[in-house]
Amino acid sequence: MIIFHEVNKHYGKFHVLQNINLHIKQGEVVVIIGPSGSGKSTLVRCINRLETISSGELIVDNVKVHDKKTDINKLRRNIGMVFQHFHLYPHKTVLQNITLAPIKVLGIAKEEAERTAMYYLEKVGIPDKANSYPSSLSGGQQQRVAIARGLAMKPKIMLFDEPTSALDPETIGEVLDVMKKLAKEGMTMVVVTHEMGFAREVADRIVFIDQGKILEVSTPEEFFSNPKEERAKNFLNRILNH
Amino acid sequence: MLNFSILIDHWDMYIEGFFNTIKASVFAMIASLVAGTIIAIFRIAPFRPLNWLGTMYVEFIRNIPLMLIVFVFFFAPSALGLRINSFLAGTLGLTTYTAAFIAESIRAGIQAVPKGQMEAARSSGLTYVQTMWYIILPQAIKIVIPPLGNQFLNLVKNSSVLGVIAGLDLMYFGDLISSETFVTFDVYIFVAMFYLLLTIPLSLSVSFLERRLAKNR
Repeated sequence: MIIFHEVNKHYGKFHVLQNINLHIKQGEVVVIIGPSGSGKSTLVRCINRLETISSGELIVDNVKVHDKKTDINKLRRNIGMVFQHFHLYPHKTVLQNITLAPIKVLGIAKEEAERTAMYYLEKVGIPDKANSYPSSLSGGQQQRVAIARGLAMKPKIMLFDEPTSALDPETIGEVLDVMKKLAKEGMTMVVVTHEMGFAREVADRIVFIDQGKILEVSTPEEFFSNPKEERAKNFLNRILNH
Repeated sequence: MLNFSILIDHWDMYIEGFFNTIKASVFAMIASLVAGTIIAIFRIAPFRPLNWLGTMYVEFIRNIPLMLIVFVFFFAPSALGLRINSFLAGTLGLTTYTAAFIAESIRAGIQAVPKGQMEAARSSGLTYVQTMWYIILPQAIKIVIPPLGNQFLNLVKNSSVLGVIAGLDLMYFGDLISSETFVTFDVYIFVAMFYLLLTIPLSLSVSFLERRLAKNR
């Protein structure tokens, strides 16, 4: 579904991603962890071309993402994205936030788009907020709307870029629950997170990245009980023992 | 005490000038808003040649005195053997000039919308133009209202430049009445009052709009 082949990215002299090789299969949940500044967000943002790559090849859903001939808007329909800071549209209601892309991009009729939106709002547990504006919602609720907004496009892949890092501790759970449900239903998910509990429980594979390099790819059991890399050990020690 | 007989005796001229000033201002407001928005989008669009064009326009036009721009519109056609109506020449000059300032205000407004809005919209498959239209511009407008109000106030006052090329506006008729009556002070005070009749309501409606937009997010 997603294939990184020898992908490199530079920001000027800074080598953000170094020789990335990674295959993500359909229905797989891959959690990317690593220290801040390691390039994990950049890695995810390459998948829908929010970031360009300097060399190598990145194939998503059988399409070369960084090929000039690729219709990126068409590819992006199949890739939902959830951001750390939600990025809901503040001038639109929750319902309008969710229906905008289905109506304007997929050309779905407004009534049908609204039915779909309500379905996903039920799913994330806040159908009663359909006509509210984002500013009146809590962080956790906003993030759940953002997830519903992504799902309403019926994507094949969902990307999550630190979806709980900007949330109050008591609302993190509600967002993770929605993501767990999604994972169980077989959605292909790439998740950047610091939530080790989530990673351990939901991930099919853990990708550990540091200084732009993938250092370890393994199952959660392996990774958490017996990390191979020294830097992964240090990272886990710092993040788990306090 | 002001000599009100001047106002009464030349009422027709004051009114004609007043309405021509309104006409020039309203036309220039609409046209410079449209042109300014397009230039602003040129300046920030993800396409170098457009950026370059937009920047050229803004840097050239806003660094030349308004009166010179109006002269260009007035004298250039006659140099080419064409005749241009002085009212039209003045209004076009005013539009050209104001569009540069409006473009800068709108550009600043667009860039004040958080970057994540563009990313969220684009990653859902919306095109650049759709994202601008549905997501960025509606948010930018709220940010832009106060500086835009200032530009419009300047525009109304700057329309007095039409007087210099016999543009039949308020200032032109003020000059005419003054040279007919040999009265200066009173004549121009009345001219000023007519300008205030336009600018004060404009200024008030801008602050009203600003407050209303602040309320409903």
